[in-house]
Amino acid sequence: MAAVQETVDRVRQIDVDQYRYGFETLIESEKAPKGLSEDTVRFISTKKNEPAWMLEWRLEAYRRWLTMAEPTWARVNYPKIDYQDIYYYAAPKPKKALTSVDEIDPEILKTYEKLGIPLREVVILEGVEPPPGGEPSASRKIAVDAVFDSVSVATTFKEELRKAGVIFMPISEAIREHPEIVKKYLGSVVPTSDNFFATLNAAVFSDGSFVYVPPGVRCPMELSTYFRINERNTGQFERTLIIADKGSYVSYLEGCTAPQRDENQLHAAVVELVALDDAEIKYSTVQNWYPGNSEGLGGIYNFVTKRGDCRGVNSKISWTQVETGSAITWKYPSCILRGDNSRGEFYSIAISNGHQQVDSGTKMLHLGKNTTSRIISKGIAAGVSQNTYRGLVTAHRKATGARNYTACDSLLIGDKCGAHTVPYVEAKNSSALFEHEATTSKISEDVLFYCTQRGLSQEEAVGLVVNGFVKDVLQQLPMEFAVEAQKLISISLEGSVG
Amino acid sequence: MNVVLTKTETQRPASDVFAGVRDRLPGRGKAAEAREQAFAAFERAGLPHRRLEDWKYTDLRALMRDVLPLAAAPDKNALERAEAALASLPAVDAVRVVLVDGAFAPTLSNLGGMETGVRVQTLREALEDGNHADLLSNGSEPGAMIALNAAMATDGLVITVADRVAIAKPLHIAHVATRGSTASFTRSFLTIGKAAQATLLESFVAAEGTKSYQVNDVISVSVGDDAEVQHVRLMDDGADATNITTAVFSVGAKARLTTFNMTSGGILSRYQGHLTFSGEGAEVNANGVNLLNGRQHADTTLFLDHAVPHCMSREVFRSVVDDRAQSVFQGRIIVRPHAQKTDAKMMTRALLLSDEAEADNKPELEIFADDVTCGHGATTGALDESLLFYLRARGLPEKEAEALLIQAFVGEAIEAIASDGLRELTVTIARAWLERRG
Amino acid sequence: MSLLEIKDLQVRVDDREILHGLSLTVNEGEIHAIMGPNGSGKSTLSHVIAGKPGYEVTGGEILFRGEDLLEMDPDERAAKGVFLAFQYPVEIPGVVTMNFLRTAYNAQRKARGESELMAPEFLKKVREVAKRLGIPQDMLKRGVNVGFSGGEKKRNEILQMALFEPSLCILDEMDSGLDIDALRIAADGVNALRSPGRAMVVITHYQRLLNYIIPDVVHVMSKGRVVKSGGKELALELEASGYAQFDEAALTAA
Repeated sequence: MAAVQETVDRVRQIDVDQYRYGFETLIESEKAPKGLSEDTVRFISTKKNEPAWMLEWRLEAYRRWLTMAEPTWARVNYPKIDYQDIYYYAAPKPKKALTSVDEIDPEILKTYEKLGIPLREVVILEGVEPPPGGEPSASRKIAVDAVFDSVSVATTFKEELRKAGVIFMPISEAIREHPEIVKKYLGSVVPTSDNFFATLNAAVFSDGSFVYVPPGVRCPMELSTYFRINERNTGQFERTLIIADKGSYVSYLEGCTAPQRDENQLHAAVVELVALDDAEIKYSTVQNWYPGNSEGLGGIYNFVTKRGDCRGVNSKISWTQVETGSAITWKYPSCILRGDNSRGEFYSIAISNGHQQVDSGTKMLHLGKNTTSRIISKGIAAGVSQNTYRGLVTAHRKATGARNYTACDSLLIGDKCGAHTVPYVEAKNSSALFEHEATTSKISEDVLFYCTQRGLSQEEAVGLVVNGFVKDVLQQLPMEFAVEAQKLISISLEGSVG
Repeated sequence: MNVVLTKTETQRPASDVFAGVRDRLPGRGKAAEAREQAFAAFERAGLPHRRLEDWKYTDLRALMRDVLPLAAAPDKNALERAEAALASLPAVDAVRVVLVDGAFAPTLSNLGGMETGVRVQTLREALEDGNHADLLSNGSEPGAMIALNAAMATDGLVITVADRVAIAKPLHIAHVATRGSTASFTRSFLTIGKAAQATLLESFVAAEGTKSYQVNDVISVSVGDDAEVQHVRLMDDGADATNITTAVFSVGAKARLTTFNMTSGGILSRYQGHLTFSGEGAEVNANGVNLLNGRQHADTTLFLDHAVPHCMSREVFRSVVDDRAQSVFQGRIIVRPHAQKTDAKMMTRALLLSDEAEADNKPELEIFADDVTCGHGATTGALDESLLFYLRARGLPEKEAEALLIQAFVGEAIEAIASDGLRELTVTIARAWLERRG
Repeated sequence: MSLLEIKDLQVRVDDREILHGLSLTVNEGEIHAIMGPNGSGKSTLSHVIAGKPGYEVTGGEILFRGEDLLEMDPDERAAKGVFLAFQYPVEIPGVVTMNFLRTAYNAQRKARGESELMAPEFLKKVREVAKRLGIPQDMLKRGVNVGFSGGEKKRNEILQMALFEPSLCILDEMDSGLDIDALRIAADGVNALRSPGRAMVVITHYQRLLNYIIPDVVHVMSKGRVVKSGGKELALELEASGYAQFDEAALTAA
């Protein structure tokens, strides 16, 4: 209940229609020329000091992309994107090569402070300047990789992670330092030819996070990446690759924000997860890109391909997402359940308000024997938004004993929005057992009346009900982020009841 | 690239077929114009394919490939064979009208048995009298297969039940195919007046030995305000037949409609229902069963459009899939803006009896109003082992125990049929399918 | 010839051996109680006798009137007169109880080469038995066990036992989930079916059931074997001293 109270307090404090993270940071940056061509791809590759094989990989993707068409099946509408009117690379201009966090542009550090991401503090905790009272326990530590526009600006806790054998670094560094691992896994879950946006990403991705957890290692802390789009007219194309080797475990969280701008900005990321035998990856997202203003102007186009491959036996991949931002979300974090006895999970809260459009869900592809999956999706639509759950569950002919449970619930707030459910349930063998249920409802008048009669405002009452509605999913988030996510949910729904 | 190739391959025969028969099809003037337009619409779209979201699981370009030549009008021999086929159906007390190979067969029909207040005309008559070209228009229901039907329709029935008339006996439209390797195109209309009551049975069968034929049928049912209508469709076409049927329903205020479809025949079939609520306070039960084995592919696609407030819909769908058959159920519930107080529920369950059977379910909700109660559920699985064991421990042999559980499984969809006679008929056909299974 | 003869039965489930050489002989008219702690293999034994799939018999045999029971399908065993009253009777939605009873009854008769009973005759028979057991008529119109209380489900099992007239009844934890009144009603139903031609194997964790259904022989099972057999007083002894002593006995025997 404390958390609920906090939400209610938060609602009281916040101005209606105010995106908290909408500020812009004024720093000098270095950009690739506008537009996309082989030269742009070469430019990015050169900037990153990439080996020749990486450039080839990108060029192949670029050539492939030229032959592809933008997908149209999702329930989203937006004006045609001019792919030649976007900057594909923007980096904060480095004064010199960075050797410590102090050399990061103070403006960027301030940005992350405003976002509540303590790059400096974390470094202090790391022992540079031990704080009074000694070090906190390792379980409270969170290693952060901060990606500003196209490049990673800082990664914390590197040393401590290295001791555990965990590699956590910008993917641009990993390409140079661990080419053998990157070569083996990059594009092995989301092939370069997978879909229009993923192929575009393969050609122009500039940074992102790379994680490798060696066999038998339980990653000693949460890993986290914060993405920030700052520059105008800039697309962000990050690429994340996480490999959990045999018997290992890692929990990873990403957060994202962008300034308020009138034009739409494209974010086309790719995330690939690989879990080998007995390994487990927990991937959580709090997505809060700028959603556009109350007139529907501006906002991020969030066209993201996320896929996990349960490659090994008994492996497990769990996606949790809290989606509150972006003008348009097109995103289906999926699991390929290849290893026998592997398990996939998808927990999602997708909230749309104002003019937002969400088409999100998951794919659970059962290929191995005795694989199980679980999907819990909570969609909340308010304002004039459209919120679609789209999910595929399929059991291959040889996936004997496949099990899936899906529950997707939608809540409508107001009569101008839409909530849609589009499940695809495909069973190709008789031992598959699938259960799917979905409901759509509005907040009960009786409950609202009861709450208001007890002294809550209409908005507080809605906050209360919504928190109850999404509770199952919030519980899946690491504790620190559950609180943050809950605040975000309340903020997202501001002005939705009138 | 493949698409282009397939397109020319499939469309050339269709255009040949149309060119060869257009002058012999009933209706001149406006009706002929409507046919030309409809055929042009079909040619533009071609046979539906899997890249069209609504045809994702039933790719007619791959499965149907081409349109067969139009069946010739039935001769004496055809009528005799049709009569024999009808005689093999379980008896049902109804007023029967028969369409043989897409043509009305007066000698097998019982028009004289029609009750007062019921008017029956054949589509051919209606088109030939020159004032009913609108019967070939496709209204708001798009789609290549319905366009093809408008272009090629040879016959059908135009039935009107006057306001406040309650007809006692079911009307039975019986389709019989007797000519192999041909196609038939039928189009029927049923208009039920205000506060009227009627029951419509449709059946599809083949005369013995009729191979590889195609059926393309359109049925349009308009239910008046306060009317009560039951519709039962039993598709038991020949084992290698193709049946593509579009059913369009419009349901008036405070009306009650129960519609039930069972597909047990045909190698390839699609039953697509488009139901629109046009007046408030109506209630609809839309149920269905697919009973499939061998290499059958059957697709039931139902769109329920809650266009007005305060309506209720219930959908119960069951599929039983054996051998290498594939069952598809797509259900979409649309709740339009302002259609408040909609209460819509859909439940689809599939039972897979073989390791090579496939069931694809796509139960969709598309909701634009907030004060609604909508839900859907879908399950897929094999027969429950513990139930089977319980029955066998009580002495039932395996096949009998299975049959009992399968009957109970499909029974949940069948029980909505209110007419005892039609419900029993449905159960009999379902049992016959189970017995054929052996 | 004994009615049921189990010799050195060894059974595995998922690669784990549950019964390690169990032997048991039951003659016509006898009532045997099998007692034992949880996990001793009591329910496995009842399932294997009835032929539930998922159990692998790796050794030994089960003879029923001298015939190899393990060679028979579950329905053949039922027709031969083996009846298992389930610990947890399943719910079968959509299958009306009366229809189910008649289908099963006639299937057993048919398998034995007897004539099938016509509906009116059968209806009368069921109604009589139901009345005797205090089963309301409307229960017979509902789906098998659907929405039945624990007591009603057990009474439905006894109703079937009375109708099918089996020669061997295995009552698997009949007392589980029943309060004392429901237990008494169920036990009365069972006692009414005692006859010289019918044997019963009563499987139970607690002695309390045996106050109502008095056994001729009591067996104690532990770790997949019968470790002790005796008269009905053995049950009381167990009630006083518990099962722990027999765990050791099982270990020594191994």
